[in-house]
Amino acid sequence: MVRRLKSPAIFFFGGSLFIFALIQFLIETGKLNPYWQTILFWGAAMTMVSLGLNLIYGFNGQFSLGQYGFYALGAYTSADITWRWVRGDPSALVVVIGGAILAVLLMWGVASFLKRFYGVSVLTEFVFHSLATLIGFAVALKVLYPYLGSPIYALIQSLPEPVSKQIVFFLALVGGAAVAGIVSFLFGIPVLTLGSDYFGIATLGFTIIVKVLADNSDTILPFPEMKGARGMVGIPKLTTWPWVFATLMFVIVFMRNLLHSSVGRAIVSVREDERAASLMGIDVARTKILAFVVGSIFAGIAGGIRAHDLAFVHPTMFGFLPSFNPLIIVVFGGLGSMTGTIVTSFFWVFLLEGVLRLVLPTGFENWRYVIYPLVLLLLMLLRPQGLFGRYEIPFLRQTYPPVRKTAEVRG
Amino acid sequence: MEGRGRVVLLKRYNGAILNRIAAVIVVILGLFVLAFFVRRVMADPGIFIQQILNGIQLGFLYALIALGYTMVYGIIKLINFAHGDVFMVGAMTSFFAISTMELHRWPFQLWPGINSTLGTLLGTTTVIAFSMAICSFLGVTMERFAYRPLRAMPRIAALITAIGVSFFLEYFGALPFVYTNNYITYPRPFELTVLTAKDIPPWLLGLVGGVFAITLTTYSALNGLSNRGNTKAVLWRNHPIIQFFLYLGGLLTIILGMVVVLPTWGIIKWDLTVSNVMLVIMSASVLLVVALQYIVTRTKTGKAMRASAYDKPTSRLMGINVDNVIAVTFAIAGALAGAGGVLYATAFKQVHHLMGILPGLKAFIAAVLGGIGSIPGALVGSLIMGMAEVLSAGFISTPMRDAVAFSLLIIILLIRPQGIFGEAPTEKV
Repeated sequence: MVRRLKSPAIFFFGGSLFIFALIQFLIETGKLNPYWQTILFWGAAMTMVSLGLNLIYGFNGQFSLGQYGFYALGAYTSADITWRWVRGDPSALVVVIGGAILAVLLMWGVASFLKRFYGVSVLTEFVFHSLATLIGFAVALKVLYPYLGSPIYALIQSLPEPVSKQIVFFLALVGGAAVAGIVSFLFGIPVLTLGSDYFGIATLGFTIIVKVLADNSDTILPFPEMKGARGMVGIPKLTTWPWVFATLMFVIVFMRNLLHSSVGRAIVSVREDERAASLMGIDVARTKILAFVVGSIFAGIAGGIRAHDLAFVHPTMFGFLPSFNPLIIVVFGGLGSMTGTIVTSFFWVFLLEGVLRLVLPTGFENWRYVIYPLVLLLLMLLRPQGLFGRYEIPFLRQTYPPVRKTAEVRG
Repeated sequence: MEGRGRVVLLKRYNGAILNRIAAVIVVILGLFVLAFFVRRVMADPGIFIQQILNGIQLGFLYALIALGYTMVYGIIKLINFAHGDVFMVGAMTSFFAISTMELHRWPFQLWPGINSTLGTLLGTTTVIAFSMAICSFLGVTMERFAYRPLRAMPRIAALITAIGVSFFLEYFGALPFVYTNNYITYPRPFELTVLTAKDIPPWLLGLVGGVFAITLTTYSALNGLSNRGNTKAVLWRNHPIIQFFLYLGGLLTIILGMVVVLPTWGIIKWDLTVSNVMLVIMSASVLLVVALQYIVTRTKTGKAMRASAYDKPTSRLMGINVDNVIAVTFAIAGALAGAGGVLYATAFKQVHHLMGILPGLKAFIAAVLGGIGSIPGALVGSLIMGMAEVLSAGFISTPMRDAVAFSLLIIILLIRPQGIFGEAPTEKV
């Protein structure tokens, strides 16, 4: 165990723990006021969303604009779970968690069933997986909830108040992530077969569809508590710094370990050359879906964190204009650089929302989005590979065996 | 995928039966939606044809934006996200031209006794031309300072820049001394009049129908000649003047004819109306599309454009100034978007600094739908898009109109990724 923990890991975890302790200390002593806390938590949520996009676009090469759609799904799902829970209604929790488990099991069954056939079209895969998901959630709603609803509620409520709250929050985050993951899986099956630009437009369309649905969640969808375009209020404020830190560390370490595994190398090889990758025996479609689903799950977790920090969710938070933020952050930080994404996300939120709003005189906030595109333009002109290029801190860096020089092949 | 030390050989069956089952499920779902739609339509069929007319109007507005998208994408493979904002600038320019400069009144000020129809026509044309000029200047400036320096860099750099330019135009417009961030009521350059069956004089219908009949006869005669190998007839058959009168005459004959004939036809009360704004939009769009088709297919610039879109390095070797060609493309795209902006604002009577986003996106989707890079494709895609949006707003669910538009895109991309008129991409290995 000790031998496997090399010095970069020790530095990374030690440094992270130090930052955690420092900020926890600042919060405890009241040095960090709630405004800056919100900015910090927002930065962490933005980091998770952007890391997800970096996995999809930076490492797997799929130009996606749909990250905010999954962010919204995660936010609304987890907010709905806790909203109902604190009002004595466990339905959302049981249906989402139970439905997600059933749906994943059923989809697994469908996948292994479809494996027995050759020549199965993408449409077939999509239809069968969608049916499995629908059946899973329907069973959870009609069977699981009537029988298990009140026992589960009684069980969790029998725990002491602070513990039960944290458990429900954890389950809400898992539920948001699961819904984002399942939807991205179903959406990804057909859409990932499209080329790069078309995939981008289709995912942008997905973001806009989610936004329209959120706008009409009380009329078209049966969720009156989401209040449609008026915004969902009354979400319990459960996000604390330990939760933010834990989820952020989970996302970073999970993504790092994923990328350093053989699956991660497959993901990167698909970015470099799809055809060559498939000739090397990599299942390109499966790798793309994997990266897309994992990236979306990150966005779903971030949505839960953000919703329970603001205690308010509004459809304009996930509109067309903000949906470009993760893309811009990822390109700013450097495509394919986790370090760049992490640093840029925090920097971006601090700068645009913290510094420019507070430090500069009033009336300047109108100018924020006038100057920011100009900076973007300058950056693209002067350093198109992003601020960090492909630099990584030692813990996140991957060491490949040295490449043997061979005769140069030109395509 | 990963080997676990043992190899399991599965007996695999033919998946065709599963594909058929899935197709049947999809078709049944589609039939359900269709049945729902038809039931809503049958509740009030009079509205249905009216909605189709509105859809055509919206479709022509989208077409003016979509053409710019498709041309720019065709030539430099860039999704110009700022194009929707050029459209917004066009609308805003005409707003200032009308409200502060009173540009639409100039014939009345110059010749006080002028016929009011002629004066309005001249004034409106001037306003549109002014907006087109400003927007094509904006397009060229954008290309020169934002996209040209990045041409040698990876495509993502240009895309991010396009997003940046889009943000800049939107939020610079939102500044209090530019357009402000309020919704502004747009003063139309001419009064809106709603024409019912009684208001359309028979001579107008006769004139339009006559023009259409004459052009159609000419066209078929030329078609017959060209089928026998007459090369001059081929050139004349596709001449823009003939095309313009053919398309516009056909469209107006059908629409005005429907308005005149349908209300007195059968037992159902149709009550169709058409507004003069709708007629202006159709005429202007058809004129611009035909002019564009003329430029692209019949002039040297158009030839250079097509060559550059096909292969830039070789075009350069052939003596084409590719940079200038791209600038001209941006100018034309900007001009079309500017005209679209004026007409859109005239139709919906409102301008706002974010008004370009959704029409821009939908127009881009329309261009993808029709096959990106193809001019007739953009027109057809836009008409489908406008129709789908209006019909879904009218008969399925009003708030879901945007969602329906994007769902349509995803479905079309899955069935035919290259679009209706697009050529299948050739893969280079």
